[in-house]
Amino acid sequence: MSDDSSRHLRMTRRNSRRAFLGGALAAAAGALATGCGKEGMEAFLQRNFRELSRDDLDRIIRRLEGEAQRKYGRRIRIGAEPAMQGVVFGYALDLSRCVGCRRCVHACVKENNPSRDPEIQWIRVLEMEKEKGVDLEAADAYYDPAEVPREGHFYMPVQCQQCRNPPCVKVCPVGATWKEKDGIVVVDYNWCIGCRYCMAACPYGARHFNWAEPGIPSADLNPVTHYLGNRPRPKGVVEKCTFCIQRTRKGLYPACVEICPTGSRKFGNLADPKSEIRYILENKRVFLFKGELNTQPRFFYFYGV
Amino acid sequence: MAPSTPRLLRTLLPGLLALGRLALATPPAPPGVDPMDIQAPPPPFTDGIFPCSSCHDPKTMPPNPRRRPLEGMHADIELHHGPESRWCLDCHDLLNRDRLHLVGGEKVEFTASYLLCGQCHGDKLRDWRVGVHGKRTGSWNGPKQYFLCVHCHNPHSPRFRPLKPLPPPVPPDRIRARK
Repeated sequence: MSDDSSRHLRMTRRNSRRAFLGGALAAAAGALATGCGKEGMEAFLQRNFRELSRDDLDRIIRRLEGEAQRKYGRRIRIGAEPAMQGVVFGYALDLSRCVGCRRCVHACVKENNPSRDPEIQWIRVLEMEKEKGVDLEAADAYYDPAEVPREGHFYMPVQCQQCRNPPCVKVCPVGATWKEKDGIVVVDYNWCIGCRYCMAACPYGARHFNWAEPGIPSADLNPVTHYLGNRPRPKGVVEKCTFCIQRTRKGLYPACVEICPTGSRKFGNLADPKSEIRYILENKRVFLFKGELNTQPRFFYFYGV
Repeated sequence: MAPSTPRLLRTLLPGLLALGRLALATPPAPPGVDPMDIQAPPPPFTDGIFPCSSCHDPKTMPPNPRRRPLEGMHADIELHHGPESRWCLDCHDLLNRDRLHLVGGEKVEFTASYLLCGQCHGDKLRDWRVGVHGKRTGSWNGPKQYFLCVHCHNPHSPRFRPLKPLPPPVPPDRIRARK
């Protein structure tokens, strides 16, 4: 069967499934799922982000902005900036400079609207012993001394590695997560069914699940968001680091880069030979975390000394 | 005679490929912005201390080049930067206190103090210029703020000061279900 005809068959199947849902079950299921009328049904029948036309997207974003405003009592902007032409994002982290101060962890929380209670953090800083090297069994994420860096230790922050070959995307049964053209692995929270296969597949523990309704005080909410990034999430969906998609697609550095007091965090365009990220890859000692798994991260660790 | 299609392709292909690579290689900087435009914020002086010449006026305070322990002013400065072989006037200029000077005597503004640091730490200066060492903020494809050496390292005591870490994550056994 040619690619075209198999794609057509898939589309027809999907269309007929949606039509079936729309025709027979929508009213009942919509009411059940959200407990409200037309808007709830629309949300239930919403298509995947990648299939949306510009008009559909505008309508959906208006609806989501309205829902968020009612929930948090504040005006919230949900952007949908697409990937820039000729840009593939890459990240590098200097292990010889990171002091483990966790400024990045908390700046990320402030920027990306994860739940404060129960707590969700997208960056985890591992404290390791210099003598043992990168040894996960000897790593501690809960260290809390009066001052860092501690003698004889080094620090390795871990977050989504934005893999070129992402196991999380492969296992998603519904296509709710995918790799964008600029290399960012994203989640459509309205399409995620909460099965958490992606969490099981990710070797970096980079995906997080909203077991409870996210508890975010209204005053702490960052109102500048992106559909595929830091917009407020519902209960029962998976979320992850998106290289601050709402910032980086506008040309800004991610929040963790901006805050890092030692300048250990580097970010830029892998497709630009003049970028600082390319210089690092070409001139420094670089390693991939769990490189043997062939996930091919776009997040690189290096030694700047 | 018109060239045959394969010959035309052979002629044009390298050019097309180069164009494609160029298109991919150009970072989309916002219009009117030089992507390499780098600005350093002003050096982190103690309040009210600069310009130095407001106290170090040659008429009221004759310059004294003799190496000695400082008394009165600046006694709080502890030099942990090779104190055996170094003292104030190795970096600060004797006759113009509002400037620093290099080993060769060339005067340097405080905003370009990285030139002074780079005399010994050449590898770090090289890394700093290309954005490997040190911190940049702003825009990955546009104007940046480029932190000076002295924003992170006290030049009199350059070792990076230890920090209080922000709180650790809640361990799984302490997460409780909400009612």
